[in-house]
Amino acid sequence: MKYPIRKIKEYIIEKIILLSAMTSIVIVLLIFIFLLKEGLSLFGSISLKDFLLGRNWYPISNPPQYGILPLIMGSILVTLGAAVISIPIGIGSALYIAEIAPRKTREILKTGIELLAAIPSVVIGFIGMITLNPLIKNLFNLSTGLTALSGSITLAFMAMPTIVSIAEDAITAVPRQYREAAIAMGATRWQTTRRIVAHAARPGMIAALMLGIGRVIGETMAVMMVTGNAAIIPHSILQPVRTLTATIAAEMGETVQGGSHYAALFAIGIVLFIITFLINGVADIYLHRNQKRGTKK
Amino acid sequence: MNIKGKIYLFTAVILTGLLLLSGCGRRNSHGNSIQIKGSDTMVNLGQAWAELFMKMNPSVSIAVTGGGSGTGITSLINNTCDIAEVSREMKGEEIQMAKSKKIDPVEIKVALDGLAVVVNPANPISQLTMQQLGDIFSGKIKNWKEVGGTDEKIVILSREVNSGTHVYFKEHVLRKGNSKGTEEFAPEALLMPSSQAIADEIKQNTSAIGYYGMGYVSKNEKALKIAIDSNSPFWLPTMENVMNNSYPISRPLYMYSNGTPKEMVKQFIDFVLSTEGQEIVKKLDFVPIKL
Repeated sequence: MKYPIRKIKEYIIEKIILLSAMTSIVIVLLIFIFLLKEGLSLFGSISLKDFLLGRNWYPISNPPQYGILPLIMGSILVTLGAAVISIPIGIGSALYIAEIAPRKTREILKTGIELLAAIPSVVIGFIGMITLNPLIKNLFNLSTGLTALSGSITLAFMAMPTIVSIAEDAITAVPRQYREAAIAMGATRWQTTRRIVAHAARPGMIAALMLGIGRVIGETMAVMMVTGNAAIIPHSILQPVRTLTATIAAEMGETVQGGSHYAALFAIGIVLFIITFLINGVADIYLHRNQKRGTKK
Repeated sequence: MNIKGKIYLFTAVILTGLLLLSGCGRRNSHGNSIQIKGSDTMVNLGQAWAELFMKMNPSVSIAVTGGGSGTGITSLINNTCDIAEVSREMKGEEIQMAKSKKIDPVEIKVALDGLAVVVNPANPISQLTMQQLGDIFSGKIKNWKEVGGTDEKIVILSREVNSGTHVYFKEHVLRKGNSKGTEEFAPEALLMPSSQAIADEIKQNTSAIGYYGMGYVSKNEKALKIAIDSNSPFWLPTMENVMNNSYPISRPLYMYSNGTPKEMVKQFIDFVLSTEGQEIVKKLDFVPIKL
């Protein structure tokens, strides 16, 4: 009599686990469908071209203007700036932690970097607003320090933990024999690190960068506090910008549900979703390539 | 094994039950609590009223949250708050939306607010006309020397578009109350997430100009004297000047309830309009509607 109960039990457990595995996929799908449903109604009143390439964002005027080109440019500029700052530092620290640092230093550094990830973004934004903003204003002699550069620096700090920990994993995963072989061939330690280890770990490092950038482009609170949020097409990194995420966060509270402004913000959500989806997709391709290589050897 | 199996089954049933239940988390709007939501300008005021009212009626609990006038109206329409604090009038679009959801917003004027235009204390400018203000905030005047100040680019600070203050300022300063006006804030204007963020930037930037409720002005910022035109006298945003209508940029603050206020909500609003309630208005540097 025991047998069927056991079978039922296993069946139920299996299905529950399957359900949990499916949940996140289902949720992502539901979110996307919801975004499409709420956002696409905008394009009855305005063309896709005017939306993506329009230069004026005046959502509460009459008639409203929903041109998100300045917002897209703002997001791209801040993200690029953050990438330029965080990539060299991130890869550098990952290499140091994985290859050079003695065990004790490594543990301290790793904990420190993970702690950085634990600081809430609003706190980082607040510190950026109070310290970075006057610094940048005086350094470049600007009329205000609330610029894309402040956003980039703030976000670089938020991307760093992701980049460092994933890149460090990729480097550590490079088989020991590679290093031994290189050194046996007479390569110096630097040559080994640069030519062999960094090369073998490259797919993983690229995935790390992509995930870091994905974090940056989706970040909202810190960016809203330090970039000034002026919806103009920026000509330099020392100008205020308004990002896609900050726009949604700042304006959602005002919108009338079902109105065109509401739909426009959801349409921005679709644009953001597509951007992060592409970035994560690229990162995933590289991660898988890394795994395949790893199993071959 | 059997007992373990039962535990697993039990857990599974509970988990499934929780999943099903999680869809039913609607707010129960009755009982002894009042939800107030809306204007960031009014959130401290609402909090002060709520605290005193709760002290007088210990069985009542009142929760006050900000988020912007639009946020308040949206939650009134979605029936997730009892009172919306709003620092502008409801828009036609919002009233229609409310009607379509069978919500009947009733407007109650609870206080007045003078909007101060503020600059850094080191800025030599101390007064502007409404025309000059409109031109500065719409980007026609770009340098302080055009209004008699130093040769510095003007940094415009505004609130975000979800703020009733932003809307009021656009309609009454930029567009001079002309509902067909097309003036907009200059695209270069920095949209700050809160009055405090504007104050922080003013404090450290001598070329910035911003605006917010006069209750927020501290010694780190200088409120400008404003005149309707260059032939009229200039007025500081003080309580007397707002009450006798000489200071030109002031606005009414409202509470909206769904239908004529009843029971506890009515008690609360009666309290707000009472002498004691209006005393609090004065204490927080807003202007009472009656004395």
